[in-house]
Amino acid sequence: MTLNDRLRTVFVDALEVPEGTDVENLNYRGIEQWDSLGHMTLVAAIEDEFDVQLETEQVIDMSSFKVALDMLRGLGVDE
Amino acid sequence: MTLFTLDQAAREAKLLPELVELTEHHRANSREYARLLAALGHLPGRRYDRIADLPWLPVRLFKHHTLKSIPDDQVFKVLTSSGTTGDVSRVYLDRDAAGVQQKMLSATLSTVIGAKRLPMLLVDTKALFKNRNSFSARGAGVLGLMNFGREHTFVLDEQEQPDLDAVRVFLDKHGDQPFLIFGFTFMTWLYLYELARDNKFDLSNGILIHSGGWKKLVDRAVDNAEFRRRFTEDTGLTRIHSFYGMVEQIGTTFLEGPDGGGLYCPEFSDIIVRDPRTWEEVPVGTPGVVQVISTMPRSYPGHILLTEDQGVIHGIDDGVWPGKRFSILGRLPRAEARGCSDTFAEAA
Repeated sequence: MTLNDRLRTVFVDALEVPEGTDVENLNYRGIEQWDSLGHMTLVAAIEDEFDVQLETEQVIDMSSFKVALDMLRGLGVDE
Repeated sequence: MTLFTLDQAAREAKLLPELVELTEHHRANSREYARLLAALGHLPGRRYDRIADLPWLPVRLFKHHTLKSIPDDQVFKVLTSSGTTGDVSRVYLDRDAAGVQQKMLSATLSTVIGAKRLPMLLVDTKALFKNRNSFSARGAGVLGLMNFGREHTFVLDEQEQPDLDAVRVFLDKHGDQPFLIFGFTFMTWLYLYELARDNKFDLSNGILIHSGGWKKLVDRAVDNAEFRRRFTEDTGLTRIHSFYGMVEQIGTTFLEGPDGGGLYCPEFSDIIVRDPRTWEEVPVGTPGVVQVISTMPRSYPGHILLTEDQGVIHGIDDGVWPGKRFSILGRLPRAEARGCSDTFAEAA
């Protein structure tokens, strides 16, 4: 699976949205599931899936799927 | 990066022009604020030589007035706080403001906890988040701080009883490395201190961040010095920082220095203590009403606020960090608090 697909799966599972949801265009607080509580679950799920540790700044900055994807690339996660 | 580097003279020189600019920004973007300024006799173009001369708003106004400097369609988040009197303050943030307040809170706290998210013990209960669509002010406070940690463990179970096993498991796993503890002051004392003492828990690798004041602990004769002393003696915890802040100036966090000698202002902020009868600034060492100043609020006119808290400045540029070193003494007696904001409510 590509990085993009893995991240999509993480978003769908962590935010508990239906399978076909267009998560790639999601922004923080753009849907009710991605509220501050959902954000916490999402961060933990991303850290588990990609075996990374995010810093506080990164958690705060992770305001969209695209930002999360770029962040993981920046951390050297394989495509 | 640390936000505790500017001495008082440098701070005032930096903040004054920014605050004047903010005052004009809010005047131009909030009709309600412009009316208040006019009623207070602060007309456009007035010259200010000192931060203390700038117009302030009593925090209470946020309960009765819609004070915002952004159009309705830009409102991203509305923060509310229930005050002790039951009325609710409303603070309006756009997307930028919501981001900036989180970042500044993070930059402030990272001074004492670092950039890494540490394993985190929360002296509260998960039950706070049961109703996902409506958190209490307490819930919102806990949630805001959870971003700073990982592997969150709650000290209280859903019935708000201490969860001895959960704390034990947490400490077995993380206790030999730095970890973070957050709680409201009285809950930290009532639930964590006693639990740790009675079970001989070692908290020496912990960093405790707490807030909320001493009012609920008065009958136990616990003040800040006693709190710190007993935690250190009985649990080994030495890194203890209380903080002071309010929803009406969200993101601005006045933080206790490592030695417990008082609270300090991050460098985008300042405080002034005033005599509640004359509104004159009081000398160092004299208690009075606390005015809080911050260049952060841009989406609502919360940059210069008169609180309903009493405080005292202990010294200026004389502590572990530069700037004013102060303590909060508690709420103002109600009559005084009402008196000062009524003046403004009538003027408005």
